[in-house]
Amino acid sequence: MASAFEYAPAPESRSVVDIAPSYGLFIDGEFAEAAGGQVFKSVSPSTEEVLSEVARAGAEDVDRAVRAARAAFGKWSALPGAERAKYLFRIARIVQERSRELAVLETLDNGKPIRETRDTDLPLVAAHFFYYAGWADKLDHAGFGPHPKPLGVAGQVIPWNFPLLMLAWKVAPALATGNTVVLKPAETTPLSALFFADVCRQAGLPRGVVNILPGYGDAGAALVAHPDVDKVAFTGSTAVGKEIARTVAGTRKKLTLELGGKGANIVFDDAPVDQAVEGIVDGIFFNQGQVCCAGSRLLVQESVHDEVLDALKRRLSTLRLGDPLDKNTDIGAINSAEQLARITALADQGEAEGAERWSPACELPSSGYWFAPTLFTGVTQAHTIARDEIFGPVLSVLTFRTPDEAVAKANNTPYGLSAGIWTEKGSRILAVASRLRAGVVWSNTFNKFDPTSPFGGYKESGFGREGGRHGLEAYLDVR
Amino acid sequence: MSDKTEKIEKTGRLSVPKTYKLYVGGKFPRSESGRVYEVTDSQGKWLANAPLSSRKDARDAVVAARRAFGGWSGATAYNRGQVLYRVAEMLEGRRDQFVREVAAAEGLSKPRAAVVVDAAVDRWVWYAGWTDKIAQVIGGANPVAGPFFNLSSPEPTGVVAVLAPQESSFLGLVSVVAPVIATGNTAVVVACAKAPLPALSLGEVLATSDVPGGVVNVLSGRTAEIAAPLAAHQDVNAIDLAGADEALAKELEIAAADNLKRVLRPQAVDYFETPGTERMTAFLETKTVWHPTGALGASGSSY
Repeated sequence: MASAFEYAPAPESRSVVDIAPSYGLFIDGEFAEAAGGQVFKSVSPSTEEVLSEVARAGAEDVDRAVRAARAAFGKWSALPGAERAKYLFRIARIVQERSRELAVLETLDNGKPIRETRDTDLPLVAAHFFYYAGWADKLDHAGFGPHPKPLGVAGQVIPWNFPLLMLAWKVAPALATGNTVVLKPAETTPLSALFFADVCRQAGLPRGVVNILPGYGDAGAALVAHPDVDKVAFTGSTAVGKEIARTVAGTRKKLTLELGGKGANIVFDDAPVDQAVEGIVDGIFFNQGQVCCAGSRLLVQESVHDEVLDALKRRLSTLRLGDPLDKNTDIGAINSAEQLARITALADQGEAEGAERWSPACELPSSGYWFAPTLFTGVTQAHTIARDEIFGPVLSVLTFRTPDEAVAKANNTPYGLSAGIWTEKGSRILAVASRLRAGVVWSNTFNKFDPTSPFGGYKESGFGREGGRHGLEAYLDVR
Repeated sequence: MSDKTEKIEKTGRLSVPKTYKLYVGGKFPRSESGRVYEVTDSQGKWLANAPLSSRKDARDAVVAARRAFGGWSGATAYNRGQVLYRVAEMLEGRRDQFVREVAAAEGLSKPRAAVVVDAAVDRWVWYAGWTDKIAQVIGGANPVAGPFFNLSSPEPTGVVAVLAPQESSFLGLVSVVAPVIATGNTAVVVACAKAPLPALSLGEVLATSDVPGGVVNVLSGRTAEIAAPLAAHQDVNAIDLAGADEALAKELEIAAADNLKRVLRPQAVDYFETPGTERMTAFLETKTVWHPTGALGASGSSY
């Protein structure tokens, strides 16, 4: 959209962070090459520039890391909670101090806007370590019995959409409860986890307590299947989550899964339209829609459909897509070529199945992986784009007439992670919220996170909760 | 039948033995398969023919449990507590019957069986008291760092398949069924295979205790045969594997992964001990509902 005021570029300097030309695996407090000598490259999704070469973990490395974590477990779990707490507080502080470096690094490696890494990811990462630090010496009060015990070695596999935040969600409660950790970051975004190894070094964390194994799905599978792992935590796709559930069946391993979603964002006719539009945008275009709890299905009451859609399209026309390091950028790059291909295929399928596609006028950079914010109208529940998780900046718009219909449509999915409700009527919020089968319900807001608040899904969005007091349970032996 | 034979000799009256039937959707059907199996006491003496449930019976029970879920989970916690307490009252009223059945089923002396039955009734009362407390104990308000208010509340996960323990036909059964329904789930219960009669009689108690039909459904038969379709069923949300041996538990857990059922693995339990809350929390979801708060005083027009 032509504007009277053009923005001048306002790029954040990338010189604040040093990226080494190569990284090893972080095992037992030291960087090491992969046993098989394999490496892979991490590229910047916005430019396709190779950022670094990273050791690729295999089964042998997983075994080594699990042994290191096992060796560290005895002392770490025996440490008084107050001492463990201090390590976590130190980590939180160092993350705060180095948050600018980390924000730039995350933006380079992931492709998300600096505005989001700086203002959302990093503050939340620090907040999670602060929150769980305080629990470490108060576990007897957490409601899981008088002497809750750690489980042992936690194998954790995290995705690429919030690389450092997902690390914090997994590592902070695991360490607070006295477990030791082997974490596998995603193959497209290993750098901030490796940077975190340096944070652990600065914090003086005992060796072996945190081990980081960059690698692909094979390393994740080996970690999940390792016989000396006591706890498996996974965030990622529902298909992989099911595979993991089968793998741990019949073992002692405790399992938590944070999986996919197809969140419904329900707009009633009395909703404040401008606020709702902001929430809809936040819900599906935050992090390029690569969010498991994204509000990817917009359910609009029929009587306000046109009004909401007009306002939404107007708002989308003001979104700025481009260089993620530019502080004015709203929409960054898609994380990988593979993900871009998936989004493209599903959007094309939406068009082929007869939904009407719309994007604002939007110039895409010539290199990197980009997808314009897109919305589909005339979507029915039978359409693929209303059923499958797209994990990209693609919004499917459906309509409803009555609250009953809204609830039925919102619940008509195997997923059950998030939902949104927009209405000025309090009783309607409470009634609808109580009938939605979803782990997080945002009313008159969307995509809000906080370390004190449990997050997690119903149905095939997984089980267990992360965050809050509930998040401790995943790492404790409870009865 | 030794008791009964004795009585005939003493009084000349022929006793009226019970035909044991399933309890599904608030009704007492026979197995759709028309099959029964012989249930004996610990001495091998014939007690009754119990229905040998089929896969179809399991599926019918899931349909009944699903149909009952909305009403039962939507009832107030206070109401559910009243209904559960009513079950305990009815159990107490049939105490002698259960003592007889448990003694026969588990080869216990009458006094020992009485201890078991009393513990089971007390266990049921214990869970009746939990219905309106669990949300306060495990839910709560979260101190969000921002202008938002949010609450985390537990909600029942849905239809729970319960494989009752094999070693404790009544106390064990009650200890696994009551927590599932106390929190608002509905249950499809597979009775202890060898000693199903106390479980089938529990169905009769439930039917007369204001428990809505379908909230608890009791099947008898071979555990593995009935459990397999339940673990694979796409409309079952969770499974308690208490009554499965190691090999079966693993097989069922793998099947349960297909729709990511919540799984409670078998574990060593002393059913005489007061339980923790795990049997309730295993089948609860946590829902966190957010709303913005008006920033009172910060900006005059924000609320």
